[in-house]
Amino acid sequence: MEDRIAPDADTRPGLTVERLAVERGGRRVLSELSFEVAAGEALLLTGPNGAGKTTLLRTIAGFLAPASGRIALAGSSGEQPIAERAHYVGHTNAVRPTLTVEENASFWARYLGGSDGRVRPALDRFGLASLAAIPTGYLSAGQKRRLALARLLLAQRPLWLLDEPSASLDASSTRVLAGVLDGHVAAGGLVVAATHLDLGLARSRELRLGFAAGQA
Amino acid sequence: MNAFWTLVKRDLLLALREGGATGTALGFYLIVIALMPLGLGPDMQLLARIAPGMLWVGLLLAALLSLGRMFDTDQDEGVLDVLAMGPLPLELVAAAKAVAHWISTCVPLAILSPLLGLMLNLDLAAYPVLIGTVLAGSPAISFLGGIGAALTLRSRRGGLLIALLVLPLYIPTLIFGIAAISAVVTPPGSLEASLLLLSAVTIASLAIGPIAAAAALRAQLG
Amino acid sequence: MQTLTQRLANPTRFMELSQWLLPWLSGLAALLLAYGLYLTFFVAPPDYQQGETVKIMFIHVPAAWLAMMGYMVIAVSSFGLLVFRHPLADVSAKAAAPIGAAFTLLALVTGALWGKPMWGAYWVWDARLTSVLILFFLYLGLMALRSALDEDPALAGKLTAVLGLVGVAVLPVIRFSVDWWNTLHQPASVLRVGGPAIHSSILVPLLVMAAGFTLMFFALHLKAMRNEILRRRVRSLTMAEVERAARLEARTAE
Repeated sequence: MEDRIAPDADTRPGLTVERLAVERGGRRVLSELSFEVAAGEALLLTGPNGAGKTTLLRTIAGFLAPASGRIALAGSSGEQPIAERAHYVGHTNAVRPTLTVEENASFWARYLGGSDGRVRPALDRFGLASLAAIPTGYLSAGQKRRLALARLLLAQRPLWLLDEPSASLDASSTRVLAGVLDGHVAAGGLVVAATHLDLGLARSRELRLGFAAGQA
Repeated sequence: MNAFWTLVKRDLLLALREGGATGTALGFYLIVIALMPLGLGPDMQLLARIAPGMLWVGLLLAALLSLGRMFDTDQDEGVLDVLAMGPLPLELVAAAKAVAHWISTCVPLAILSPLLGLMLNLDLAAYPVLIGTVLAGSPAISFLGGIGAALTLRSRRGGLLIALLVLPLYIPTLIFGIAAISAVVTPPGSLEASLLLLSAVTIASLAIGPIAAAAALRAQLG
Repeated sequence: MQTLTQRLANPTRFMELSQWLLPWLSGLAALLLAYGLYLTFFVAPPDYQQGETVKIMFIHVPAAWLAMMGYMVIAVSSFGLLVFRHPLADVSAKAAAPIGAAFTLLALVTGALWGKPMWGAYWVWDARLTSVLILFFLYLGLMALRSALDEDPALAGKLTAVLGLVGVAVLPVIRFSVDWWNTLHQPASVLRVGGPAIHSSILVPLLVMAAGFTLMFFALHLKAMRNEILRRRVRSLTMAEVERAARLEARTAE
């Protein structure tokens, strides 16, 4: 599962955000924000509510167009848009209640360019293997969250954008998540996560967002 | 293209699992057609003459019912975010959803329409044309309907609003579809010209629909 | 704060210009309309068949023309918003919709009133009248969509622009299909206004009225745009107030 993402040092992916400004509903949420995340690095976004953590993640994912500034993800497949080289796990779990756990997972695996072979190991990793045939609607909030996080392992993508990933997870699931994130980082991947809970990562850097200001 | 059919298949599976939509549309179609003779009187000649128009109007209204579901539930669950991260541009996501809507709603309605034609004393010679026009014209219902569904994703009172936005766009399909059947039932009239125009409208909506729907979806991702 | 000034820079120039332009435009419109109405009622001869009712035409035809022009204004503005992200484009599109809809309604009502003596019924499914009715539906759709999204004006603007452009792409097809439908059901329209055969005693008042109506449209449009800009300024000032409060809160919390 911990695939080597970029064996060649020259083409290792790195995320660069330069002088980024984002407006939402006529309000400037982020301005003059610059930072970098190197391959094999995890960046934790913190800050008060309304500081623009979700906005930043959604802008990097390409859902929002920046008012000004530049976002670039270097790497071997540089022409592809960032959206196709990243996973985004937001507040919502993107699972459909009438599909079973396995159907949800295998749909995302195929859609996101992974393969069916990844489904079982991913479910195993997040402790969902025994629930594979159960419609997702029966799952608890924590189990649904784990299914959403299992998406990270269904297709290989270098950049992981996570919005409060450990929400509704218990302590042992949070440790599993930390293990998966550490593994991804160790393999040369990038993680950008907005969180106000301690994820328990082996190594990470923090970026604190304030009001309409970006200081590292 | 793989991702496209994966998405179509998933939407069809959902339509099957979450059942209701297709059944509701079929039931609605049946009851609308049954109400017409009750309102107009059981004059068999009159019914036969206006049957093409009634069948098409009823079908439009029935197909409209399930349009609201095209993107709605996906937006609720955040599915749209993840769909936007896939290899498909949003235009093709919208097209896939319209294809799934067409298969799960319009095709069953097309199959039901001859049965309802019997209730309206529609000339037997018109049946092949009826099914033909519905199949040729109804993709426009799904693809133009996708625009309405995408535009009303975030608005309250979505269902009624879709009808207001989308029904004017359906007028050409309605006119050419009815004209084709009428050409057989009440000559004169050119069947060929109507069918060609109907197909042209469908092809145009295959192009316009996904582009406009994707523009609307993109504005709402933010 | 820089963004607020940036956002208002262009509209500010527009406000200055429109303030100067508006009285001239309204005055000219009033003069032309007064002259046009004088020509209509005292100069233009009654029709030898329709009698005095032909004078409804001097209102009906300009209204129908503005119904279409209003939609073109919306279409061009929508394009300006989606492609060039021009800050005034959305203001223009929003302001034009109710005015265009009002002229469309005027065209429908005068058409119906004219129809009674002409055709013996208030409503006849004539191809032109039907097309105007459908245009009215498109206007209603634009306004309904915008009002349904009123908690997010930026999104409402973009989505309404998408609908406006779809409308302009589909409108010719609708128009063609209605013409086709009409010839199928009732060949030869009863009424044909236009063409060079029209006598100058009718043509001149018609052109004066059309010019007066057009200027009135632009005066109303300009005024509505000014109102909308003021409304948006109030909105951004209120939002700035909320933001300042939140910032203060955050500072005291730290």
